Amino acid sequence: MTLKQGIFGMAAGLLVAGSAAMAQEIRFMCYSDGNECEAAGEIIDRFEAENEGVTVVIDKVPYKAILENLPVQLAAGTGPDMAKVTDLGGLSQYYLDLAPHVDTAYWEESFGPILNWYRSGPEDSGVYGLHSQLTITGPYINTTLFEQAGVEVPGEDATWDDWAEAARAVAEATETPFAMAIDRSGHRIAGPAISYGAQLFAEDGTPILVDEGFQTFAQKFVDWNADGTMARDVWGATGGTTYQDAAQEFINGELVFYYSGSWNVQRMDSSIGDAFDWAVVSSPCGPAACSGMPGGAGIVGFKDTEHPEIVAKLIDFLAQKDNYAELAGKSLNIPAHGVVITEGMTYESASPAAGAALNAYASQLPKVSPIAFAYQGYKLNRAMFNISATRITQAIVGELTVEEAMERAKEDLAQALDEAGE
Amino acid sequence: MLLRLISPLMNLIDLPMQFLQRRFGITRLAWVFLLPNLLLFGTFAFLPILLNFAYAFTGTDKILLMERSFVGTENFVQLLDCDNYLDPNTCVRDLFWRSVHNTAWFIVLQVGFMVGLSLLTALVLNRKIRARGFFRAVFFFPVLLSPVVVALIWKWVLQRNGILNAGLEAVGLESVVWMLDRHWAFFWSVFLSVWAHMGFYTLILLAGLQAIPRDVYEAAVMDAANPWRTFRRITLPLLMPTMLVVLVLALIKGVQTFDEVYAFSGGGPGSATTLIIQYIYETGFAGAPRLFGPAAAASLLLALLLVVLTGVQLWITRRSSNG
Repeated sequence: MTLKQGIFGMAAGLLVAGSAAMAQEIRFMCYSDGNECEAAGEIIDRFEAENEGVTVVIDKVPYKAILENLPVQLAAGTGPDMAKVTDLGGLSQYYLDLAPHVDTAYWEESFGPILNWYRSGPEDSGVYGLHSQLTITGPYINTTLFEQAGVEVPGEDATWDDWAEAARAVAEATETPFAMAIDRSGHRIAGPAISYGAQLFAEDGTPILVDEGFQTFAQKFVDWNADGTMARDVWGATGGTTYQDAAQEFINGELVFYYSGSWNVQRMDSSIGDAFDWAVVSSPCGPAACSGMPGGAGIVGFKDTEHPEIVAKLIDFLAQKDNYAELAGKSLNIPAHGVVITEGMTYESASPAAGAALNAYASQLPKVSPIAFAYQGYKLNRAMFNISATRITQAIVGELTVEEAMERAKEDLAQALDEAGE
Repeated sequence: MLLRLISPLMNLIDLPMQFLQRRFGITRLAWVFLLPNLLLFGTFAFLPILLNFAYAFTGTDKILLMERSFVGTENFVQLLDCDNYLDPNTCVRDLFWRSVHNTAWFIVLQVGFMVGLSLLTALVLNRKIRARGFFRAVFFFPVLLSPVVVALIWKWVLQRNGILNAGLEAVGLESVVWMLDRHWAFFWSVFLSVWAHMGFYTLILLAGLQAIPRDVYEAAVMDAANPWRTFRRITLPLLMPTMLVVLVLALIKGVQTFDEVYAFSGGGPGSATTLIIQYIYETGFAGAPRLFGPAAAASLLLALLLVVLTGVQLWITRRSSNG
């Protein structure tokens, strides 16, 4: 080999190796309730500008793909580099531990106990996810309908019964088709059930789901569906694990009281416009609490990624105070970042109603029961959510009595725990 | 002209073909041609079947086989554990048996209506009626639609503020929330399935009707047979082989129904329209944790049923082709 050939060969080798090192493509699987992916995209553009050679491809997918396709992809080792997920604990086995790549003290200080929601158990101290969207469940009410009906809006400590009575009165007076609705989701009824005394876990931490408090609320909910207080279409017209919300009914002005959550503020704001006035009110009380259910979504990296450092760097970039505040502000979400919360959020793109709604939701956080936080952090909570939705629906449509539905729920939970090796 | 253009290409292929013939011999060459398809078919059909067997006899929520534990026939035992098979409430896996019951009723009604209405439509479309070509196209059109589109169309028609209720109210009748009533929901699930697939079976029956020799009918006219007698004694017996094929095809398709009903009703209200494929899908993929074992066991039981039905179809097809 001549010297010329050698130099040429080395140069070619270096070029190939260099371009391989330069071209780092990160695939980010993202879903939006409103504009979260777009808001994150703007910040990610800046990250790309600061990190030459890194390309982040945002694959925007429906929420169903995150719930159903992503876990299978991850199990098969063909998942993306990072994703926005809601089954926070359930996917913990696949998460990339960011701790070796980030300032863990900053993360602990900023996100504190929420980091536990992403961990596999109490002994795990890794840093896995950026909680980009802290949500809390609670009610939206159509205040225009209350005014038209001349019914006083129940106060902060009003019970579920008070709200049911008021919503029925408004619906009757204004000939509105539905008085109340709760999204068809086990997560959504968890807050009310806890307010009625549901413990969900035994003293030793074993999940039990059904107890006296849970059954009491289940019975009340089934009765409300039977007497027309609740829009029966939401829970009663579907089956299985199908998620069904009632946002469109509320947006159409066909619903007085809609129990959903803070993730819908952006949708309400943009869809309702000035068609009518709406507000977010305190979570109704039961005998045990006035609790909503926390939750939300987080951005996580996966340990199968070929670029763990870049993924960690990107998530850490999003977690920085200013970027995080920008993300929460643009997507109209409640922040989970301690300093951002303390300094207060400005929602520049929000209408006064949306701003008030977000603040109302944020003010509910102190009322959230510790059981609700524990439930949200439990890695098999999705199994419990699905069981609740399936079995309570069967009681609503009359396939089972409430007692039978609760017995079945216990058996389903036992099978789920058994299969999951718990 | 065309031949002149492609002949150099044929010569190009000719050389490797001659080499392969010399290398493998003329009889074994067939396998060379079959190999690519066999590889694809093996990877995407046989391998999943084998994997399904493996999942059915293993437990835990792990997806990788090496991480799953062998549980023997436990998944089957649990699925089949019932005090009374006619009452799903007495079964350990009550939702499985509800879906089995629903599927049984679904295929009885859907196949019954499907074959009956397809026959009726084929008989009408076989007559010399005005705009026959147009009507044949109209009845076949739904077959071209995606199942999800079919489901959404009927969902919109039947919803609380849908066009059907608007029509009922326009003529002074009360509107009905169709999807809240288990019987109505089931009826409409069968209806939309029949509506969506009827055109296909009508086409087969129409071909069967047109294959009946005209001289048989001429002889019937000469014997002064009335239309009903002609239908009963000539059309029906001569159409029977085609009818049987249609019946078995509709039966197999009925058992496999999932997408349109799932998109239409989500299996509800409650579990009123949950069919067996939906049960398998939700148990294996939509639930949490993902119960791959019970889902695989249920799908093997379904496969067994389909094998029996396919066997019946093959037997009927052979019998009819042998005269």
